[in-house]
Amino acid sequence: MNSGIDLQASFIESLNQLGIPSGAAKALWIPFPSFLMIIGATVGVLVVVWLERKISAAAQQRIGPEYAGPLGVLQPVADGIKLVFKEDVIPAKADPWLFTLGPVLVVLPVFVSYLIVPFGQNLVITDLNVGIFFWIALSSIAPIGLLMAGYASNNKYSLLGGLRAAAQSISYEIPLALSVLAIVMMSNSLSTIDIVEQQSGYGILGWNIWRQPVGFFIFWIAALAECERLPFDLPEAEEEIVAGYQTEYAGMKFALFYLGSYVNLVLSALVFAILYLGGWEFPVPLDKLAEWLGVSEDSSWLQVITASLGITMTVLKAYFLVFIAVLMRWTVPRVRIDQLLDLGWKFLLPVSLVNLLLTAALKLAFPVAFGG
Amino acid sequence: MNLAEGVQVISFAILAALVIIAALGVVLLENIVYSAFLLGGVFISISGIYVLLNADFVAAAQVLIYVGAVNVLILFAIMLVNKKQDYSNLPGRWIKRGATALVCGGLFALLATMVLITPWSLESNAPGLIENTVVEIGKHFFSDFLLPFELASVLLLMAMVGAIVLARRDFIPDTLPTEDGIVTSLQLPERLSELESRELSASKSSEV
Repeated sequence: MNSGIDLQASFIESLNQLGIPSGAAKALWIPFPSFLMIIGATVGVLVVVWLERKISAAAQQRIGPEYAGPLGVLQPVADGIKLVFKEDVIPAKADPWLFTLGPVLVVLPVFVSYLIVPFGQNLVITDLNVGIFFWIALSSIAPIGLLMAGYASNNKYSLLGGLRAAAQSISYEIPLALSVLAIVMMSNSLSTIDIVEQQSGYGILGWNIWRQPVGFFIFWIAALAECERLPFDLPEAEEEIVAGYQTEYAGMKFALFYLGSYVNLVLSALVFAILYLGGWEFPVPLDKLAEWLGVSEDSSWLQVITASLGITMTVLKAYFLVFIAVLMRWTVPRVRIDQLLDLGWKFLLPVSLVNLLLTAALKLAFPVAFGG
Repeated sequence: MNLAEGVQVISFAILAALVIIAALGVVLLENIVYSAFLLGGVFISISGIYVLLNADFVAAAQVLIYVGAVNVLILFAIMLVNKKQDYSNLPGRWIKRGATALVCGGLFALLATMVLITPWSLESNAPGLIENTVVEIGKHFFSDFLLPFELASVLLLMAMVGAIVLARRDFIPDTLPTEDGIVTSLQLPERLSELESRELSASKSSEV
């Protein structure tokens, strides 16, 4: 594999050429990835909010947002600005500290998880050895934020909603982790880069989706439940329990919950693309193609093309999954809380356990195909 | 001191202060829910210290197990148990307090001597930074820590299978079925379907 583009080195080098000493250049680099992460995640959310309106409008045979910008692309921005300027109400008997901290605790881990999402060989903020484990660990903080929000609202519905949300999030974490573990076992690494590289080489034929047909269903169901997307949006089911733990929230604090769930959806879609759909890989193996055409791997224009193709492929795959999630929202009815817990504990958990054991057995039996 | 070392020292100071303040808050605050939330803060700060020590896997495991599982369990327990107990002044209360203080002081002294007498300085030829901590942990698990690892994994597998069994178990009534049959569920009075109501009226008319 070619090394591709190294953002950090080229950034520091270009600052060096401008006459800035390398220490200062490194210090300037430190906040850069976090800004990149926040901007990337926020733009992703704006696109998803717009897409959700457009797709749902198409599903219901209406037009959707039209007036804010061409085809209503500025509609999510307008929503965001509206939420920023709304009055930030804290109920009189609520606990002001926990009430403020709750949404922060829900949003922050999701944003931090973007650290491990690779868009190319070197287009990743940190290549952690424990990348995918880091994502699972961070996503387990969210229930605390939900409980905190539910408790601090000083409202029985909110407390119940928070407990429901936390219970849902906990019960779907185990099948999620087990299905990810099967992938990790096949690729012999927890690093997201290694997981994608293990799938490369044969183009679309090498993607994990063919080797983990059960695992990817479990992963997608569990990821939807973690994001509180529609078949599983019980915590905020707007008809029955009136928004659950979000009941008392208004303005920017509500916007944080809203943002958090959408950022989580995009993140889950990205992680799904990395785990099962070959990440940044093109359906045709590009390096083989370059070899056949006689192009050197080190030529800079090829690297630029592969890097931009990598970003495009990752985003395309992720948004394909987001499209499926949005379409599901308008086609699938909501489950009840007992059905939700039954599905999680009685069906997904045993199936994912069997899937894990089967993967281990297949890995021992066919080490060639299952990453020996 | 270069940039990396400076960042490390400052992060260590912040994390240590966070651990101490949050831990004091856990013990001293009156509201038990605050204590539970602050416990999560302690665990997260400790995982930050693990990150500073280059133990990335342990840090992630700390967050997953202590914050995601233990602390959420504690919170659930606190929020679901609604027990109001009147405060009563026990006569020999100072004995309890004294005993607690003695035990805590003894533990503190023990740990302090352990910290002081342990030679913390690393050897000069210490192996450099471990590139892949997961591989190293795996090697240790399957060589010198094999027994605890196997015991823990069997225990966890038992817990998981037990959870599935508990969830799949159908409801077994405590009382034995009486002679006049088992009442399975409450049946709501429903409007009869068209066919049934016609049959009913037909039978009634034949009786008349």
